[in-house]
Amino acid sequence: MSSCCSTETVDFPLEPRVAGKIRTVALVGPPNSGKSTLFNRLTGLRQKVANYPGVTVEQRVGRLNGIGRSDLTLIDLPGIYGLDSYSEDARVAIEVLHGQMPGTPVPDAILLVLDSLHLRRQLMLAAPVLALGLPTLVLLNMSDLMEARGGSVDSLALAQELGVPVAKISATRGAGLDAINQFLNRKAEPEAPAPTRIELPVVGNPRSYRQWATGISTRTRYKAPLSSEWTRRIDQVLLHRLWGPLIFLGVVFAVFQVVFSIGQPLSDGFGEILNGAGAHVGGLLGSGWVESLLIDGVWRGVASVLVFLPQILLLFLFIGVLEDSGYLARAALIADRVMRSIGLNGKAFIPLLSAYACAVPAIMATRTIENKRDRFATILVAPFMTCSARLPIYMLMIAAFIPNKPLLGDLLGLRAAVMLSLYLLGFLAALATARLLKSSILKASSAPFILELPQYRLPTVRSLGLRLMDRGKVFLRQAGTIILAVTLVLWVLSHIPFHSTLPDSLIGRLGQFVEPVIKPLGFNWKIGIGLLTSVLAREVIVGTLGTLYGADPATQSLGLQAALRHDLTLGGAMALVVFFAFALQCTSTLAIVRRETNSWRWPAAQFVYMGILAYIAAFATNQIILNFVH
Amino acid sequence: MVAFALSSIFGADTTEELDLSGAWKLSLLSELPIGTTGVVESLDLPGEIQHHLMHMGFVPEARVVVVRRAPAGDPTVYSIDGFEVALRRDTARSIRVREYEAK
Repeated sequence: MSSCCSTETVDFPLEPRVAGKIRTVALVGPPNSGKSTLFNRLTGLRQKVANYPGVTVEQRVGRLNGIGRSDLTLIDLPGIYGLDSYSEDARVAIEVLHGQMPGTPVPDAILLVLDSLHLRRQLMLAAPVLALGLPTLVLLNMSDLMEARGGSVDSLALAQELGVPVAKISATRGAGLDAINQFLNRKAEPEAPAPTRIELPVVGNPRSYRQWATGISTRTRYKAPLSSEWTRRIDQVLLHRLWGPLIFLGVVFAVFQVVFSIGQPLSDGFGEILNGAGAHVGGLLGSGWVESLLIDGVWRGVASVLVFLPQILLLFLFIGVLEDSGYLARAALIADRVMRSIGLNGKAFIPLLSAYACAVPAIMATRTIENKRDRFATILVAPFMTCSARLPIYMLMIAAFIPNKPLLGDLLGLRAAVMLSLYLLGFLAALATARLLKSSILKASSAPFILELPQYRLPTVRSLGLRLMDRGKVFLRQAGTIILAVTLVLWVLSHIPFHSTLPDSLIGRLGQFVEPVIKPLGFNWKIGIGLLTSVLAREVIVGTLGTLYGADPATQSLGLQAALRHDLTLGGAMALVVFFAFALQCTSTLAIVRRETNSWRWPAAQFVYMGILAYIAAFATNQIILNFVH
Repeated sequence: MVAFALSSIFGADTTEELDLSGAWKLSLLSELPIGTTGVVESLDLPGEIQHHLMHMGFVPEARVVVVRRAPAGDPTVYSIDGFEVALRRDTARSIRVREYEAK
């Protein structure tokens, strides 16, 4: 899905820099200190945030619309621990701050965001940042949480110690942000106050940074909040030797089960509304080629994908809760043993987890991995993780072919179990491929695992709501653009030459041309066309099937699920979802892999490898079901 | 005893720590049992990783508490300056600490 990671571009002002005048402001801070949440607040833009370190890997730019200063540009930078770190994302931040990033001007002022729950350590970054000598405002983020949990700090004393203004804020609630406006207005005045002289530790020496930071936090009477106590108590259960893994499995089961037990009826209801609307409009149009194009062609195709919106939103609601609460970092810890046994970098876990939403941002997130070979291995296996674009075809086939029977009582139904197996299949393919790569062309020494465990936080309704809205928009945009276009083209091709029957039309002949290749997998020619169109994006296949079955007089009166049951065997249906579990049907992923690896060789090899694997696995699935089931 | 013998061998650095009261012995971070505290002596890791850890607070004289092990027994969660970070045994093995035995 190309649209899932698009950024809005902002042009930098072309006027020359004027001393004392602020045009560009940079957000700097350690990982997971809340820079992106603040960025979204200040600019009114949306970029991905979550409660784990390393979510931002590229600089993002926006106008300060959120506080009425649209004349100023704000740059959000990846989190850094110091100004001389090595990983790719930290290098981006450092280059921008030093004015070495082509196309980005040196910032005129810095907003240094520090997490006040961990102020003692976060202050270590203040030393090198203040040494840059730019006007700086220190923002103690999450200070509401800190104070609510019994922590405190004397921010006036801190401002004196650091020689720059300090403000307590809460980015999630939007509290204290007027301090930023005051800072920017004051600094814009020509006669900036003479900088106070402060003692800074030796540059580049973490040990002296730490001594300096500890000294300051003692002198400003910083009292760490008690929340770490709570986090520890929760972890006692969630990371318990026995309960930890069991709860992890329980959480995974529950998510899938709810997506079916609650999500399916929602999707069915939504589908009836969509079909009803289509029939109503069709009735107004009367029967003719316009009605056929708009209703049987386009609407059936687009609606067959749209139907899955409720289930996808429900799944993302769960993922959002897990991400924002801080549980995902614990999941990474529980799963590390598996990751290590296949030789994958511990840091690969978080990109691989985010690949469950979409492989494109996941592949960008691999920049946190310092070792190049490890990074490439992670990039190459990320598309195996089950992304949300696979959900429509999975859900369609499962709803059409798998009976709704309980498997483990109320805990897990048969449909949820099949869905879970498909996720597992993708995961296992990723593991096996990683293993293969790490023991051959991408051999590297085992890389260390350094994972910060964020404190637990209650996800806010606002942040979950924004997430769902963004996800819904991506899905709707995809349906309104690529899928709409494909269904239009398909309808036209299925009616050329005029008055031909579907099998004799251009599309029918093309389908029958590829049919021999896919026949052993249990697929018919309509599926074949779907496989071709879904190279653009995976969910296109559902739209394609919707249009083709809508254009076929034999199945026109049936719903898509019934039409599929009429036309496919169980073996073919399951072979199709297995094919999608493996195949790299996504042009956006190919493009991003090409960009991140700087060569067409990698994405091409990946496409062929995953395609062959998909073909073999689908063939095996079809044969096994044909011969052993029934 | 042993601890004292060790601290007299590596004496130069430890004398200034006597005010922290307690007996010290040299150990590897990976060998510290759960619930104990260590004081970082030195790190011996590849440049960039060492750098990263030091910026996270793993610098000489920093106190590290061993909080818990992951369900599989590895990695281990350590607490340093009030925040928690998980390290694999391989990494923790390269961090030398003085073990703090509370009286």
